[in-house]
Amino acid sequence: MKQTLWTLAALLSHWRRRPGNLATLVAGLAVATALWSGVQALNAQARMSYDAATAAISGGGARTLVAARGGLFDQDLFVKLRRAGVDVSPVLEGAARIGDKTIRIIGVEPVSLPRASPIAHKRKRADVLEDFFSGEGRGFAAPQTMRRLGLAEGAQPQTERGRRLPPLAALAEAPPGAIVVDIGVAQRLLDRPGALSRLVIADDAAPDDERVKRVAGEALRLVAADDESELARLTDSFHLNLTAFGFLAFLVGLFIVHAAYGLAFEQRLPTLRTLRALGVAPPNLVVAMACEVAVLTLVAGGAGVIGGYAIAQALLPDVAKSLESLYGAQISESLSLDLRWFLSGLVMAGAGAVLAAASGFAKALRLPPLSVARPIAWRAEHHRYLRRQAALAFLALVAAACAYGSGEGLASGFAMIGCSLLAAALFLPVALAGALALGERLARRPLARWFFADGRQEISGLSLALMALLIALAANIGVGGMVEGFRQTFTRWLDARLAAEIYFEAATPADARDIEAWMRMQKDISAILPVWRAKTRIGEGPVEIVGMTPHETYAAHFPLLEAAPDVWTALHAEDAVLVSEQLARRRGVGLGAVIGIPTSTQVWRARIVGIFPDYGNPKGQLRIDHERLKRYFDDASGVHYGLRIASDATARVIDNMQRRFDGKIARIIDQSELKGLSTDVFERTFAVTTALSTLTLVVSGVALFASLLTLSDMRQARIAPVWALGATRRKLAGLELMRVMAFAAVAAICATPLGLFMTWCLVAIVNVAAFGWRLPFHVFPSQWLVVFLIALCAAFLAALVPVARLARAAPTDLLKVFSNER
Amino acid sequence: MSIHATPEHLEATWKAAPMLRVEGLCKSYSTPQGAIPVLRGVGFTLAAGASLALTGESGSGKSTLLHLVGALDDADAGEIFLDDARLTLLSEHARAAVRREKIGVVFQQFNLIPSLTVTENLGFQARLAGRYDSAWQDELTHRLGLTELSGRYPEELSGGQQQRVAIGRALAVRPKLLLADEPTGNLDEASGDKVMTLALDLVAATGCGFLMATHSERLAARLQRRVRLESGLLAPQ
Repeated sequence: MKQTLWTLAALLSHWRRRPGNLATLVAGLAVATALWSGVQALNAQARMSYDAATAAISGGGARTLVAARGGLFDQDLFVKLRRAGVDVSPVLEGAARIGDKTIRIIGVEPVSLPRASPIAHKRKRADVLEDFFSGEGRGFAAPQTMRRLGLAEGAQPQTERGRRLPPLAALAEAPPGAIVVDIGVAQRLLDRPGALSRLVIADDAAPDDERVKRVAGEALRLVAADDESELARLTDSFHLNLTAFGFLAFLVGLFIVHAAYGLAFEQRLPTLRTLRALGVAPPNLVVAMACEVAVLTLVAGGAGVIGGYAIAQALLPDVAKSLESLYGAQISESLSLDLRWFLSGLVMAGAGAVLAAASGFAKALRLPPLSVARPIAWRAEHHRYLRRQAALAFLALVAAACAYGSGEGLASGFAMIGCSLLAAALFLPVALAGALALGERLARRPLARWFFADGRQEISGLSLALMALLIALAANIGVGGMVEGFRQTFTRWLDARLAAEIYFEAATPADARDIEAWMRMQKDISAILPVWRAKTRIGEGPVEIVGMTPHETYAAHFPLLEAAPDVWTALHAEDAVLVSEQLARRRGVGLGAVIGIPTSTQVWRARIVGIFPDYGNPKGQLRIDHERLKRYFDDASGVHYGLRIASDATARVIDNMQRRFDGKIARIIDQSELKGLSTDVFERTFAVTTALSTLTLVVSGVALFASLLTLSDMRQARIAPVWALGATRRKLAGLELMRVMAFAAVAAICATPLGLFMTWCLVAIVNVAAFGWRLPFHVFPSQWLVVFLIALCAAFLAALVPVARLARAAPTDLLKVFSNER
Repeated sequence: MSIHATPEHLEATWKAAPMLRVEGLCKSYSTPQGAIPVLRGVGFTLAAGASLALTGESGSGKSTLLHLVGALDDADAGEIFLDDARLTLLSEHARAAVRREKIGVVFQQFNLIPSLTVTENLGFQARLAGRYDSAWQDELTHRLGLTELSGRYPEELSGGQQQRVAIGRALAVRPKLLLADEPTGNLDEASGDKVMTLALDLVAATGCGFLMATHSERLAARLQRRVRLESGLLAPQ
């Protein structure tokens, strides 16, 4: 024990003399942990919110009955089931807007709620419960939701339909982003009289499928308690993407740790040999090294987890808005994480540190106390190193090919990206060594020959940092290319899709009829395009049905990926349907196929006459003839419209409508504003991805700086002889800078095709598997140039301090190399 | 306490039972051109408190022999007994313990731990072996003239100063056997003489066996016995 402690003391004393190196090692591990645990915090927070939303009403363990084809169902079914002795509690959910914020209205019947429901527990607060039923009722919202809406206790805000909410009270158990009211109030607020979203079954009276069928026929289906919630399923891909980028950042961070620890190991090799010579047994040496890693993990991992919290806190608003815009998911905008998250961050830091230090442990176990001097040792070792790198690169490439062959899922897409990045990174030192060997052969002047020959010796020390730089640059090109390509495609698509000049939503269907009658008399309005919507389920997923009237606007503008020659005629004249790309992929159907669509009364079979892109919509969508929508879906919400008008009349028409109908219009927006909102959603969605990709680049810059700083001490031994033979320090410093920048340039050049390949993988595999849409593949040479310049800048900044130190090195420091040669 | 041994004392120690016994030691190094034999059956003994100089030309195998005796390397054949422990049969773990507790080594290149101060370097092996004796360390520091340098790091010391720290470190553990490989090889003649005198005084004070490899006949003459390594074999002088 004592022996190990003294060995540990000797090992740790190394850092006392090199605090800068210790700082980079701790910073590397802390940054890697921070990026990983930050992403995990975002995911954990979102999932906690989804669970809280489910559990608040049902208690998390209750089964529910929902409409078999999705959407709402009649509350008569609830009455029938209660009469049949099935203990169920009705729930109605729907979206409303208060000011510019979207909020979920949840209507419950508090007396029949399952006992496990946190809200049900509050029934004991008699004063509150009385309010729930009596007078104007009471609405409950989580304190954070009240803060987000800027409302105080007792406030009675109005929805966009002009309906006033009952006085609000803060209730910690209420799900985030929602207001819980009595079911009757919810039906009034949402303009859904007599409609329900689901029935929560009391936990001790769960009926079987047969019993439900006897009472409700085929109208309802049972959802098991342990089934993943719809929201969790819809957002899975989003979170997986986030995790993948977090992991990539963590890996790049690990390169810093590996580089810093590996270099520290090399620096301490003479000390380790001395320790062995003085009688420290290899196992004791490794135990001491492991203790050192444990201390590092605690310090750096702890700092990393705290940093992760800060990163998550900074990114959470963007993530929350993305999730709300894309999936309608409301998540808490303040982090509340438990000890498990903190510990998992530490475990990840420990695993990373052990991984980075593993080769050091293995070497220490085999380390002989004597180093036998061999003149060809470096050269032989270097060749072995390059051969090993090439072999590992080949294996990684084979693994990438296997991942490609194993299918087109999300996991295989990420595995392919990961393996090909690793293969390229492993091959980079081999490519650099080849280029330097060629340079050495071609060089004529002695200093130039030394420049290349010495560069080859420097590769092994810098290789990990350069690999990290390569991966970060490739990720930047890959992600940047995908996002930019998506942005262009999305903008073009949005321009075509949002062809109407004005979009509005009436407060109720009756209001919509009034407004429609008025609009028909307006000369400014050239076409009224109802965009009525209904819901159904096809397979396991929810599907939106949108009606389309026959109008040239659609034929001229509505973007289609594939279409039958007579698509618009067929859509309105036949049993035909347009299918969104993601739904077509999910169902494995194409043009000409017949698809069964559950309607209010039957399963309608329609031929697919077109497939359209529907970017940003996690649900599948079907476009059908407007008249058929009205006929087949009696619960269709007939409140959404598009209007074609002369563009100079837009403001006037909006103004007229607002003055004339005021409370009858829930929302009205012109085309440019709607495009702005959609673009904002897009930017927010990719803000996190872009932030992570930029952070990864910063991390790789730090890796390069850390390696160069650590190497600078060792470099003196190689530079001093050249200096002693007549080269100036300034000239040598210039050559050092040139070499580092040349290395970075090679890394950037290699990163370009690798980044393009990553873009292709993201576009053709990951996006398709995650979201269901495939984007056209774009290339952006200007972006490559920017990344190339970033690489040179990163290398310049990273090399600046070590090079300046060399340029200003005192002759006595360089002479020490000769007096202390070992 | 006298630090110079009397002739009677030396006579007694020569005749005492050997503390170190080396028999038929062989060692060769493999190269791409084939094995190069360095030691070809070397044997000798050394009693406790005795000193032996190992001389020979560069490359004659002096350092190799010292490394084998110091349990730092494996012999191809032959036996080494230290205090009746058969080094050639010991496990790696046991050999480390022998090095830690029974042997002090003074390397030609000093091999101090660069991140530890003079004081920390001096006491390091003794602490590892669990034999740290602060009074003895203070005495060593004083005798080696390191008192003023105790807070410095190796890179801040001259070659002679570093060598004195190396000798102090090796003796701080009170080893049974002190090995020195060209201990003054990096020093000028005057400094080398001073360091040697100090080393011999301290060896006499501790009563340990002392085996020194050197190419200097002048230094070798200061030890009780000397042998010469030639063509991998010992030639008595």
